[in-house]
Amino acid sequence: MIQLRYFASLRESLGIGDEQIELPDGVNNLPGLTRWLQRRGESWESALADTRLHIAVNQEIVKTDAAIVDGDEIAWFPPVTGG
Amino acid sequence: MIRVQADDFNTGAELERLRRENNGQAGAMVSFTGLVRDLNEGDNITQLTLEHYPGMTEKALKKIEAQANEQWDLTATLIIHRVGPLTPNDNIVLVVAASAHRKQAFRACEFMIDTLKTNAPFWKKETLIEGDRWITPGNSNK
Repeated sequence: MIQLRYFASLRESLGIGDEQIELPDGVNNLPGLTRWLQRRGESWESALADTRLHIAVNQEIVKTDAAIVDGDEIAWFPPVTGG
Repeated sequence: MIRVQADDFNTGAELERLRRENNGQAGAMVSFTGLVRDLNEGDNITQLTLEHYPGMTEKALKKIEAQANEQWDLTATLIIHRVGPLTPNDNIVLVVAASAHRKQAFRACEFMIDTLKTNAPFWKKETLIEGDRWITPGNSNK
């Protein structure tokens, strides 16, 4: 299983904050996972196409082409605005 | 020390606690307190909601604190950031750096709040009379 998390405006666009799924067959990196999620429909396709999104794997920011393995926690979020 | 909390904090009480725990080592304590403004980009704000990534946010704040302590000779550091719904004039964030001398404390405090704003996973949503909008980095979040 992998844990997926979505934050802030992205969470609202997708209508979901977190979910657990089986690592899809043949998917071993973030571009593959993103493409798999985008096949869920128009809102997923457009929301995850936003190049400003950051991606964290196991709570560390990674490059958008990073590898993923079973058990990972993967989070997508817009640029941060705290402080 | 870092804290992420929904509850308010008391800047004076936090500074006084750090002073009491200091035992004479630091000659300077510099603090930054961030507050909710009632106006942004010309619009009246009725509520500001802070979202965070539980777990990752705390890790990011600890990393910022560790980087400050590596770069400057500090006797104490503190970062408190609030989450959840806030209203104008509420406290959002408190950053404190204590050092033997003021220059190190000033620089470390500025580094911590500047780095927090670009690296720590927090997101602000404003509530206006017309509805809600997410803040984006740039002019509206300087």
